[in-house]
Amino acid sequence: MSQVCLHCGDPVPFQSDGGEGFCCKGCAGAYGLVNGLGLTTYYERRTLNPDVKSLRPDLDAAIIDYRSHILSEDGVNTLYLMVEGIHCAACVWLIETALGRRSGVSQARVNMSTRRLVLKWTDNDIDANQLVSVINDLGYRLVPYDPSLINSENEKVEKQLLRAMAVAGFAAGNVMLFSISIWAGGDDMNTATRDLMHWLSALVGLPAVAYAGRPFFRSALSAISAKRLNMDVPISLAVLLAAGMSLFQVMQGAEHAYFDSSISLLFFLLIGRYLDRRARGRARGAAEQLLGLNCVSVTILNEDGSKSLVPPGQIKEDMIVLCAAGERITVDGIIIDGLSDIDSSLISGESLPSSVTIEDQVFAGTTNLSAPIRIRVSATGEATLLAEIVRLMEEAEAGRAKYVAIADRVARYYAPVVHLMALVTFVYWISFGGAIWNEALLNAISVLIITCPCALALAVPVVQVIASGRLMRQGILVKTGTALERFASVRNIVFDKTGTLTLGRAELINQKDISKDQLELAASLAGASKHPLSRALCRLVPHVGVKKGVKEIPGCGLESEGIRLGSRSWCGLEKAPTHGGPELWLSVKDSEPVCFEFADQIRNDAKETIEKLKVLGYQIHLLSGDRLEPVQKVAENLHIENWKAACSPMDKCKELESLDHTLMVGDGLNDAPALASAEVSLSPSTAIDVSQNTADAIFQGDKLKPVLEILGVAKKCEQLVKQNFVLAFVYNGFTIPLAVAGYVTPLFAAVAMSTSSLVVIANALRLSRGKI
Amino acid sequence: MESLIYLIPVALLLGGMGLAAFLWALKSGQYDDMEGNANRILFDDDDKPLPPNEELK
Repeated sequence: MSQVCLHCGDPVPFQSDGGEGFCCKGCAGAYGLVNGLGLTTYYERRTLNPDVKSLRPDLDAAIIDYRSHILSEDGVNTLYLMVEGIHCAACVWLIETALGRRSGVSQARVNMSTRRLVLKWTDNDIDANQLVSVINDLGYRLVPYDPSLINSENEKVEKQLLRAMAVAGFAAGNVMLFSISIWAGGDDMNTATRDLMHWLSALVGLPAVAYAGRPFFRSALSAISAKRLNMDVPISLAVLLAAGMSLFQVMQGAEHAYFDSSISLLFFLLIGRYLDRRARGRARGAAEQLLGLNCVSVTILNEDGSKSLVPPGQIKEDMIVLCAAGERITVDGIIIDGLSDIDSSLISGESLPSSVTIEDQVFAGTTNLSAPIRIRVSATGEATLLAEIVRLMEEAEAGRAKYVAIADRVARYYAPVVHLMALVTFVYWISFGGAIWNEALLNAISVLIITCPCALALAVPVVQVIASGRLMRQGILVKTGTALERFASVRNIVFDKTGTLTLGRAELINQKDISKDQLELAASLAGASKHPLSRALCRLVPHVGVKKGVKEIPGCGLESEGIRLGSRSWCGLEKAPTHGGPELWLSVKDSEPVCFEFADQIRNDAKETIEKLKVLGYQIHLLSGDRLEPVQKVAENLHIENWKAACSPMDKCKELESLDHTLMVGDGLNDAPALASAEVSLSPSTAIDVSQNTADAIFQGDKLKPVLEILGVAKKCEQLVKQNFVLAFVYNGFTIPLAVAGYVTPLFAAVAMSTSSLVVIANALRLSRGKI
Repeated sequence: MESLIYLIPVALLLGGMGLAAFLWALKSGQYDDMEGNANRILFDDDDKPLPPNEELK
């Protein structure tokens, strides 16, 4: 049993259908495939990452029709695919080589950072499905995506910032070279040489400022035209004035020029801005990846009885959709054939599956559990329950006041003060200082340069970059820019039950009443089924192989050699006592039937996490769409005093309105409007896509601890931001009087500005290590 | 001081070349996949195509 599968690295079950050394047929096939390609070095090179999907090929995964996603241009067919299951660089190599060896394939390139594969081929005879199936058979999962939709805007901005940063860096270095020679030359340098240096600085500095400053100028302009002030207004003003004044000074043959300050300021700020953008972009990309993997095509039954796969967007009313056991239902409709159980926990929070049969209505977003069904589509697109909830959500979002980022709030007060101070300096020097106007202007501008919020503008982004990097390493993706600030102000935390406090999947709860032999016998039957209860049994005893000749009878259970595992009625036990939850019965001839009781288990660290949150002073609430008893049970178990059961999505929104500074943690479709109306929201990565889209952050894994972690990091983050602001203000407190008095030389400005930025960055770096 | 006449243009030229090289690298997509490229250099080049295999066609 200690043996692991040669292909996927999972433990090999006792009686594996994959033969010696393999956990299943799929892995044996994949190993043979790799061997056949002569790529066995793959197994030596790879390192398996336990966090990534196992490489075991999923033989009954939903089928995707890749052909409909091909983009053809000039005889070149291109397929853009997201790859799930990349563990390390060897996986990239394996995928690229396996595809690249096919004749006709001109390009197969995996981007390891974004986990995307671009596949190009020229030969029109190649069947895309067959081509891609090689990779699916190796255990990876490929999902097509539309390159024009994903992230392109973000990537463009990111590249633009990087280019601006490169130009600013180049110019800052060179201008500094000239400046240092001026400072070093001091009084020994003759005026002609100094002017030459100044002119050269202008030659390099001015175009660079014009180019690299654009991101700031643009944002400042849009803020001003909206009659607001943001941090970019004083930045743009200081940079432009410093550059403009220096040009004027140089033309006068004056002693000082500030090109170096102005361009190195831009360089520092661009570094901060670029890092910020990249961290956010990566989190968003990862979230999109999670979402994209959920989208699959729908199987429809044509009038002539043939099946075909269509994207969800092309479904029309009265079409007949086939839904296999274990598949998410994507349409609203009426069942016309089949008998199954429907899990609607994502729609209503209801934890018990309900059984459905012909003439029953099913909704998009629910999951079909036990047997295949046929559904006649009754509503599509805008008319579905899903669309209804999305509408509710948009209303909630529109109602939410626009949150103003802390940096912009500071800028609102800071910018007028700075501008006023410069004006006062100018007036003072003209009227009392006895200075001529250009000398007074020089002093006024040096106030602007020295107060230019270099440290202020870095104070927030640097902290946020480091915070979101830290969270990302722990599987928490922060999607929106101001989310961390909003997390820090949370006082009330509202949890959903199913899928949030609980895992959202059934687990055996009465294992202690069942003997090991009975459990193994049941699991050997259950292995043949995809029903979630069967899966739960198999998870407990993974080494048990599947019994031969097991028959699955839809709506009833499993049977083999007179042994039955299934519903109570099928096992003839209607009168047996019930525990009120999902159950399976095992009946063996001549012996007492055994009941396997299941329940949706609370996340194993939920109690601990809730307790810690209470200690930290948060108010905990529980709002669920489920029935009274299960909600009460969970609430009592976790010591949550404020709870409500049977909430409609509307009720949840209303309840949230009565609280302030709320964090909503939820996963279901019924939570989506609440997620949108809460001040800040969090979803597990198992949540339905609409909820993931709405949530400000997403956490991965089976634990609830990320809630604690993100709140802790947010608090720490706020603290560091405030410290940084204090540092920046202290620095300004020292330097502004000097600037007003007219003592600021270019050397002084350069040193003061760099040190203040470095101090702020060093302070922010403290967040990357240590405990929260 | 005369040396400045050569040195300044040389300094600017070298810096400019560096900048141009960076911008070119950025444009040609060499910064698109930093993680992948860091690992790619470790791949051996011994995986020459096998003789055409009928089964894979």
